[in-house]
Amino acid sequence: MSSDKLSLKQKFDRWMIKHGRVLVIGIPYFWLFLFFLVPFLIVLKISFSMAEYAQPPYTSLFEWIDEGITITLNFGNYLFLLSDSLYATAYLNSIRIAAISTIITLLIGYPMAYGIARAQGSMRSVLLMLVILPFWTSFLIRVYAWIGILDREGLINAFLLWAGIISEPLIMRQTEFAVYVGIVYTYLPFMILPLYSTLEKMDVSLVEAALDLGCKPWQAFAKITLPLSMPGILAGSLLVFIPAVGEFVIPELLGGPNTLMIGRTLWNEFFANRDWPIASAVAIAMLLFLVVPIMWFQHIQTKQEEGQQ
Amino acid sequence: MLVSEAVLERVHEDVHKTQPWNNPDAVPYIRFENVTKKFGDFYAVDDVSLDIYRHELFALLGGSGCGKTTLLRMLAGFEEPTSGKIYIDGVDMAGVPAYERPTNMMFQSYALFPHMSVEQNVAFGLVQDGVSRSEIKELVAEMLGLVQMTKFAKRKPHQLSGGQRQRVALARSLIKRPKVLLLDEPLGALDKKLREQTQFELVNIQEKVGTTFVMVTHDQEEAMTMASRIAVMNEGVINQIGTPFELYEYPNSRYTANFLGQVNLIEGVLVDDDEKYAVIKSEEAGCDIYIDHAVQGHQGMTFWAALRPERLRITKEAPADAKYNCVSGKVEEIGYLGGISTYHVRLESGKRIKVTEPNSTRQIEPRYTWEDTVWVSWEAGAASVLNK
Repeated sequence: MSSDKLSLKQKFDRWMIKHGRVLVIGIPYFWLFLFFLVPFLIVLKISFSMAEYAQPPYTSLFEWIDEGITITLNFGNYLFLLSDSLYATAYLNSIRIAAISTIITLLIGYPMAYGIARAQGSMRSVLLMLVILPFWTSFLIRVYAWIGILDREGLINAFLLWAGIISEPLIMRQTEFAVYVGIVYTYLPFMILPLYSTLEKMDVSLVEAALDLGCKPWQAFAKITLPLSMPGILAGSLLVFIPAVGEFVIPELLGGPNTLMIGRTLWNEFFANRDWPIASAVAIAMLLFLVVPIMWFQHIQTKQEEGQQ
Repeated sequence: MLVSEAVLERVHEDVHKTQPWNNPDAVPYIRFENVTKKFGDFYAVDDVSLDIYRHELFALLGGSGCGKTTLLRMLAGFEEPTSGKIYIDGVDMAGVPAYERPTNMMFQSYALFPHMSVEQNVAFGLVQDGVSRSEIKELVAEMLGLVQMTKFAKRKPHQLSGGQRQRVALARSLIKRPKVLLLDEPLGALDKKLREQTQFELVNIQEKVGTTFVMVTHDQEEAMTMASRIAVMNEGVINQIGTPFELYEYPNSRYTANFLGQVNLIEGVLVDDDEKYAVIKSEEAGCDIYIDHAVQGHQGMTFWAALRPERLRITKEAPADAKYNCVSGKVEEIGYLGGISTYHVRLESGKRIKVTEPNSTRQIEPRYTWEDTVWVSWEAGAASVLNK
């Protein structure tokens, strides 16, 4: 049949069969390009410029001089990050706090995820709901609630004083401890959910087989359950670690002046110092810190998937 | 005829050796004593007592939810009985955890550890027991040889076919030389051809290693080919225990008769009962059923005659002495399977019965066709008489 005999609809359908795939894949790519790549490039651009009292508060990279484009790249911002130990301290602090928080989250989240995965059917959905439930309240309100709990005149101190366990109120707020509490509390669901999904998929008879072959329950856990839940542990840990590194609200509200984290540094540079180029450089450097673990994670994931096929 | 005492004794001894269940002095290797298992209000296993002897390949047979798997899991130590006792080799298993029991299990899903190679899977139990590395290597090699998986030692489970996984699972559960090997639907995941082949292999391996096997299956053919004895289970209780022969030829109930092989069950009322014969009047069949032995029961009691399709004869003409055991009907369905043909015959009473006939000679054209009026008859000894 020659194509000019086709109706418009038939033509469109054939065109869709040929190009529909590209169209469907193209939409998310376009989205990512527009809202992730372009802003990133803008930030990257700013990080190579210089601060200026102007609107916007940085020099332009591209200038028309003598009918040609001159590109002025300023690496000074990055060099400045290296020269002032404040930034290195903030980075290392962030990574340390994020890492410790991740480990604590894992230690609390694993038994919870395990318990949910092994619970009866109807109980399981109730427990999962309870894990997700806090998300229905504003994150800020929940962090403020922790202020009320950890404060000098907060719930914990009030209770301990009333019970006569302590005579002086404990200083908990504005310490690193409070930051850990905040991060662990906030990010716990992100640990539990991927762990739950790996543990739930795991065949219970594998553990029974290990018991049957002579393993005591804890040995069966160490040799079978734990290694098989590794993808969940990795996914959960990264979902907690990555945002925790850049966390701003929790150290700001719960941490003391000494809790130096990169998110706060970033905020200070942007809004207090109005030094956008330095702030952008801080952001780009942090991104690089985070890209490495993401790539590593993806690499392991693909290997794992290949292994299961 | 005179048979010497010595010969008789030897025959007796042989029977006692190969059929310990017929020897009153034999000591059972596994013993269930009034075992009950409740899940909430549900009786998964209800007051089961059962003796299994050494070197047996014992099959627990029944539909899903009949309690057979629960019985096996209680033997393995994954479930504790609600009441009753379980003994293995004379030792009370109450409170003995799975990892200390002299049993190993081959799981229905095989439960191979996906993160370990074939070799590591098979070695797992030995590593756990702290056996020396050189000894493990030797035993694993031997076991992989037994199940013909030596070539695949380095592979991961996901790189194996279903049949290969089954062999690895078998090797892994046998390597610790358990007193009892438990098999949960061992061939369930294999296709038909492979299953038939594997049945005999499994029996051969059992004979070679001499371990007592207890197997759970819902497949009567599998149970019949492999098992020394079968317990037919239904709703948490054992319906009948016996050799495949006993169960097929002398079922004690309609349930057993139905579960093992195919059967036509014809309801009737006992009208004549003598020391040598019995007659059951059956409206369902439309004829009287003559039985060549006495029936325990009184006149007027309801019985069922169980007639196996292959014990029925199908003819175009009425047999000469058509007083008993002979009914006419119309051919409704024909299944030509090559070696045999099956016919579904609708009797005048509306009852449908199934007849199978071997195609032992070559036919020019099919012997019967749809809507043919035929006669179905059987020998006086063909029917088993059931009262439940």
